[in-house]
Amino acid sequence: MTLPGFPDAAPLAGLAGGVLIGLSAALMLLGAGRVTGISGIVARAFGISDSGMSYSSAWTFVIGLPIGAALVTWLTAAPTPEFMPLPLLAVAGVLVGFGARLGSGCTSGHGVCGVSRLSQRSLVATATFITAGIATVAAMGAFS
Amino acid sequence: MIRSHLPPLVSGTLFGAGLALGGMTNPERVRGFLDVFGNWDPTLAFVMGGAVLVMAVAWRFVPRMKHPLFAPKFALPDRSDLTPQLIGGAAIFGVGWGLAGLCPGPGVAILFVHPLEAAVFVVSLLAGMMLQRLVSERASPAASS
Repeated sequence: MTLPGFPDAAPLAGLAGGVLIGLSAALMLLGAGRVTGISGIVARAFGISDSGMSYSSAWTFVIGLPIGAALVTWLTAAPTPEFMPLPLLAVAGVLVGFGARLGSGCTSGHGVCGVSRLSQRSLVATATFITAGIATVAAMGAFS
Repeated sequence: MIRSHLPPLVSGTLFGAGLALGGMTNPERVRGFLDVFGNWDPTLAFVMGGAVLVMAVAWRFVPRMKHPLFAPKFALPDRSDLTPQLIGGAAIFGVGWGLAGLCPGPGVAILFVHPLEAAVFVVSLLAGMMLQRLVSERASPAASS
């Protein structure tokens, strides 16, 4: 199914993916009593954060991510996407890591868990990072 | 042992599967979503909408539960203050997200399918996190978090 006016969009796959992400976060919330903030879980697994779930739970979750993504990629025979150049990925990685820790969360913790709870902090953070992302892509388009 | 590790493993695997299925592991899709002034791709709005919808239902169960299913108590964020750190951090995060089209979850999730890009992004991600911890400890030596 395609969206009228947006031939490249994949609304059904997007919605299905979103539901899986929601189920994962719901399992973490109702099962472990925690929000699924991936930047926090990664920081915990690598000993950068001292709070949150146990080291072993953080590691188990982190290992699950590439397993799930690899399964779907192979099952759907998804084409290899084009990545930005490696030096740019490195700069972006530093900004994403620094910003996620300073802002207490990323797309998962603020964007999914916080927004669905109508947390004031998460709504503001999500609006801010989407706006900054839009400005960045627009600026790169203007200068390329 | 197996019982305590099964929930985070299932949760992580489901999350990674959702990211891949929804297109969040594809930087072109992510940057297409942010490209509102160009060739806009609304797919990610569906990803976020689906996830938020399911979670909005899940949150309604929390007040009715004495404790989580597999843990003694809930440990949930309870802050509501808007700080310069929150907004500044989110802005820096957004710039990096726009540059690469990757955020922490997808960066880790592509480890098996695109190991080189994942390694570069995740090592930098960890460096950025360590740098932030260092800066915050310098700023307030007493309150290390």
